[in-house]
Amino acid sequence: MPKVVVAMSGGVDSSVAAALLKQQGYGVIGMMLRLWSETGKEESNRCCTPDSMSLARRVAARLDIPFYVVDAKDLFYSTVVQFFLDGYAQGVTPNPCVVCNRKIKWDFLLKHALALGADFLATGHYARKQSTEDGKWQLLRSTDRAKDQSYVLHVLTQEKLAKALFPVGEYPKPEIRKLAGEFDLPTADRSDSQDLCFLAGEDYREFLRRIAPEIGHPGPILTKDGKPLGEHQGLAFYTIGQRKGLGIASSIPLYVLAKEVATNTLVVGSEVELGSCELIARDINWISGEAPAESFGAEVKTRYTARESKAMVKPVAGNRAEVRFDTLQRDITPGQAAVFYDGDLVLGGGTIV
Amino acid sequence: MVDQIYLDYAATTPVDPRVLNAMRPYFNETFGNPSSVHRYGQQAEAAVESARETVAEVLQCRPDEIVFTSCGSESDNLAIRGTALAMREKTGANRILTSKAEHHAVSKTAEDLERHYGFQVEWLETDENGRVSPETVEKVICKSTAVVSVMYANNEIGTINPVAEIAAICQAHSVPFHTDAVQAAAYLSVNVQVLGVDLMSLGAHKFYGPKGIGALFVRNGTPILPLQTGGGQEYGLRAGTQNVPYIAGLAEALRLTAGEREERIGSFRPLRDRIIGTVLEEIPDSRLTGHPVNRLPNHCSFAFKEMDGNLLLTLLDAAGFACSSGSACKTGNPEPSEVLSAIGLSPEWGLGSLRVTLGAGTTPDHIDAFLKALPGIVQQARNLTGVQQG
Repeated sequence: MPKVVVAMSGGVDSSVAAALLKQQGYGVIGMMLRLWSETGKEESNRCCTPDSMSLARRVAARLDIPFYVVDAKDLFYSTVVQFFLDGYAQGVTPNPCVVCNRKIKWDFLLKHALALGADFLATGHYARKQSTEDGKWQLLRSTDRAKDQSYVLHVLTQEKLAKALFPVGEYPKPEIRKLAGEFDLPTADRSDSQDLCFLAGEDYREFLRRIAPEIGHPGPILTKDGKPLGEHQGLAFYTIGQRKGLGIASSIPLYVLAKEVATNTLVVGSEVELGSCELIARDINWISGEAPAESFGAEVKTRYTARESKAMVKPVAGNRAEVRFDTLQRDITPGQAAVFYDGDLVLGGGTIV
Repeated sequence: MVDQIYLDYAATTPVDPRVLNAMRPYFNETFGNPSSVHRYGQQAEAAVESARETVAEVLQCRPDEIVFTSCGSESDNLAIRGTALAMREKTGANRILTSKAEHHAVSKTAEDLERHYGFQVEWLETDENGRVSPETVEKVICKSTAVVSVMYANNEIGTINPVAEIAAICQAHSVPFHTDAVQAAAYLSVNVQVLGVDLMSLGAHKFYGPKGIGALFVRNGTPILPLQTGGGQEYGLRAGTQNVPYIAGLAEALRLTAGEREERIGSFRPLRDRIIGTVLEEIPDSRLTGHPVNRLPNHCSFAFKEMDGNLLLTLLDAAGFACSSGSACKTGNPEPSEVLSAIGLSPEWGLGSLRVTLGAGTTPDHIDAFLKALPGIVQQARNLTGVQQG
């Protein structure tokens, strides 16, 4: 009987994942990560509150599987939260979920799963995997396009993908809720999680102001040609393409065009000035394990919530890729991931420079 | 998945089938309320009083010195709160002497009395084995001391305290002395005349009785007030209809355990010493916690340097061994225990503790299997602890 560790969060997806694997005949072990919460905010952290922990425990008891909690507080802070703070300090908009998947879920937790004698690590991610004729693994979008989470999984390598299981990726979300009811899981009615777990439901700006007050230095707001328009509260509090909350009276709507860290300047302009047809991504992970030899056409997603757009992707030296879109992109944001798709297939991705 | 081997008898024990048989009639045959006038009530009362006599016989005290409670923690609470309040009323004494190596049922109760009831807690120093010396008590005990509480044997590190000597000192100063004997009762004599204690807590599930039932010995003449008021059950010290089947179960379990104690000690002690010897020999950066000799005969406890104890328990469980740890916590939020801090373990050792406790189901084969697996699993836990720290 193959053994699998299921990363459980107390939510409906990972609970159903565990139930499905148990039904499929796996020897299932439930595991939960104790992640970092700001002192005093443990109750509202998204995925490891006492409440979600006791829910996960009840699910495990219902399924009659062992359940363990593993401490990853310090590691989560030093890799994910620190990365998040550093990113904002450097003027980019970091994606901590990508780092969490690379360093916590698919490294730290995977090592624990293997140490427990498991053959696989399963999560409640909406994604799929399949094998090719030559024995390689492919990562695919979930059947439910609206729920697809393959974007944050583009960091998986062949070695890790071989050990990964995504049991809910084959089902539409409503079906998962229905299954939770059929399995009589206590999590069937839980709402979907959103936002970053460690923000505890708060706006990231509030979190930054409290945790890293040094990040928010006021500075000038200029137009592209250097005309001063006002003062910003700190570059970290603005995102490329942002329109609301600039606090400038203007005859035309103004958008954030760029954040210049060296001079602590926020550059704004009209909608027509916004956007670009190209981007460069670094630290590319190619799911197949090797970079394609030539340029190729793909659909590229530049944010978790963005729609993908057609583009030519050219792998270049130094583990980078140059992406040229067919149409102008309004919100290319350094720090976010650019992920390349061929239909349902995830080819790889990297961090937007 | 794997055959499980239970090595956590200090946490709890299975109910002995003979105990279960002794309990059975009192659920639906002799089911009366011991306070009732009719014969149903009389029969139930007879069962409770017969159980009280059995317990008194083992403790070598009078039956009316036994109060049945719901568990060891309740016994500790009744003893310390009840006596502290009664002593203050009687003599004005308002200090409580106890140590940080006590079970939380004692230490948290003392803290609570300090925070909400105006008592003052004096924390007794322990030595590196968690032992409270009689001299320490002698040094700080005085007229203003309301109650002294020092456990008989430590649940976490197995160390046995010189309870009789401490009791003698308390007696000389006319201060009531309580001992938590919950962990000790299965292996040490609980003869209160020899021990000289005024109050002693017991919990049945540590000696093959059911959970949810305990007893408190209260020497006649010891000042004590009830915490739970209502009917006059248990000499007015613990209101509420007695739990007849569980009281019968506690008495039978205690009777059996007292009779079989010597035999059990004889079979566990060599196994215990084999575990301790092998671990210290084969696992680098390991140490025994608690006293090497004056410790419970079924109890081994260790600290491993730079290792997450919680992780070790997880790996051991997955490999089929159910153990415990002083720092373990089911919520994955490890803190060194107060006991391990009290004996001076630094966090680099204190987070990596392991408790292995033997009991009726333990066989030499279990210990062979355990000792074969443990060094590799400790190594694995250490490797993963490294990963954790990034």
